[in-house]
Amino acid sequence: MTNISRADVAHLARLARLAIPEDQLDHYAEQLDVILQSVARVGEVAAADVPAMSHPVPLLNVFRDDVARPGLDREAAMAAAPAIEDDRFRVPRILDEE
Amino acid sequence: MSLIRDNASVLASAIAEGEVSSEEVTRAHLDRIAAVDERVHAFLHVDSDGAIAAAKRVDAKRAAGEKLGPLAGVPLALKDVLAMKGQPTTAGSKILEGWIPPYDAAVVERLRAADIIILGKTNMDEFAMGSSTEHSAYGPTHNPWDLDRIPGGSGGGSAAALAAFEAPLAIGTDTGGSIRQPAAVTATVGVKPTYGAVPRYGLIALASSLDQVGPCARNVLDTALLHAAIAGHDARDSTSINAPVPDVVAAALNADVRGMKVGLVRELSGAGYQAGVQQRFDEAVAILTELGAEVIEVSCPHFEYALAAYYLILPSECSSNLARFDGMRYGLRVGDDGSRSVEEVMALTREAGFGPEVKRRIMIGTYALSSGYYDAYYGQAQKVRTLITRDFTEAFEKVDVLISPTAPTTAFKIGEKVDDPVAMYLNDIATIPVNLAGNCAMSLPIGLAPEDGLPVGLQIMAPPMGDDRLYRAGAAVEAALVDRWGHLLIEEAPAL
Repeated sequence: MTNISRADVAHLARLARLAIPEDQLDHYAEQLDVILQSVARVGEVAAADVPAMSHPVPLLNVFRDDVARPGLDREAAMAAAPAIEDDRFRVPRILDEE
Repeated sequence: MSLIRDNASVLASAIAEGEVSSEEVTRAHLDRIAAVDERVHAFLHVDSDGAIAAAKRVDAKRAAGEKLGPLAGVPLALKDVLAMKGQPTTAGSKILEGWIPPYDAAVVERLRAADIIILGKTNMDEFAMGSSTEHSAYGPTHNPWDLDRIPGGSGGGSAAALAAFEAPLAIGTDTGGSIRQPAAVTATVGVKPTYGAVPRYGLIALASSLDQVGPCARNVLDTALLHAAIAGHDARDSTSINAPVPDVVAAALNADVRGMKVGLVRELSGAGYQAGVQQRFDEAVAILTELGAEVIEVSCPHFEYALAAYYLILPSECSSNLARFDGMRYGLRVGDDGSRSVEEVMALTREAGFGPEVKRRIMIGTYALSSGYYDAYYGQAQKVRTLITRDFTEAFEKVDVLISPTAPTTAFKIGEKVDDPVAMYLNDIATIPVNLAGNCAMSLPIGLAPEDGLPVGLQIMAPPMGDDRLYRAGAAVEAALVDRWGHLLIEEAPAL
């Protein structure tokens, strides 16, 4: 039922922010195809009327009291940052040049 | 007494009585790690200074006459997927190499509060994706029963640390069998508690609706004592169950299965299970009957589809959870040379930081969640999840616990399945249904397979919040086997 191509892998990799090298696309295509064919078995189950289950316990929004409490201080929160500028996380440019 | 071979409860009593200090016990384990871990590779990081300092604090408390908890002063191996303040925490991934968490996971807080001594962080498949610990970015862990074989996964480091007598207690996490299958192939005990029983705050998420932290040890009572130390509500985890924890320690001490109804799951044995695994399982069934349990066969027809549903639900959740590893606020960053955009840097970072199994699962999840495929894959898998949960509900109307072999085979050779993802996934065939439904389950050793001399595990499953039943049944089977053998199975492990 599935047939994952090289182009499909490149598309998935782009969506998932993975810079998969060109020369590995075929290998991943082959593996993803085998995996998807084996999991496609879920389609054999007649389940049209069955409700979907996302979680084993009922998911209720849980609120805590709106009371200020101590959090991480800036130094601890920034300690693992790959790049810092003026006490803030420095990130690469987010917009194109033009 | 032997400081490294005795069980945790024995060591805790000796420490409380002043027969031995926690520092002596801790140093004995650090020495053992130094002697054998080069061959086993159970640990990614050993915190000798922190462990000795913690042991000294326990000894000082005792000297001051303070009352100590039931596991105070006993060393433990912590799976490297739980944040521990000030100690490297990698989840077995290069993307977190060198990351030092600024906080403790809820479970780590509880271990510290119980005066349990954390020796270090154990090896695991990257982000807990795997059944062999071969997918660790830091190299595989070796099974102490045969160093050429896998110790199971993803918590192979924790199980191997127990089996190699490097620690008497360990913490694992179980998303599809990552506590139970390593326990089975190393002749140790491991429990996946009821979903929501142990807080996940500070656990690096794989699949949030399936992940559960749990206790590991070399016998059932020690496992129960550790379970009691880590279970219970925490407001920082919105899925944490706010209800009393079943008395698992009393259940382990009770060890009586007379009148207990035990269901043998027809779909989880027979074809596909190794002959010696099946043989030991059949013997365990006979033991339960001899002990006064009533064993009947039950059918859970949708379990046949559990593996397929799981390998859609898990990748879908993990593709979303692992999006946070983008190299912006912590962890690895690659390619930030001033010329590249943030998206390019993220993609290069994730390509360099993640291993092949993680990438496969992220891409499968991305596919299963994408428009046009969502209904046929993720949506359908969620419906099958409902049917599997209904199978359990119906079965538990007839029986108190369900049983099966924990894993279809004994430990396989390192390298044998590493490039065949689907063959690797089959290891989880008997453990996955429990995670999908949110039930609890235990694996305990029941003997060696005659054909290869390697350990076999029995899986006991119970309904949500029925964790005490696991310990009652498990302790009964363990006691009968110790009667027969004169010792725990782990005592037969080869000397390292």
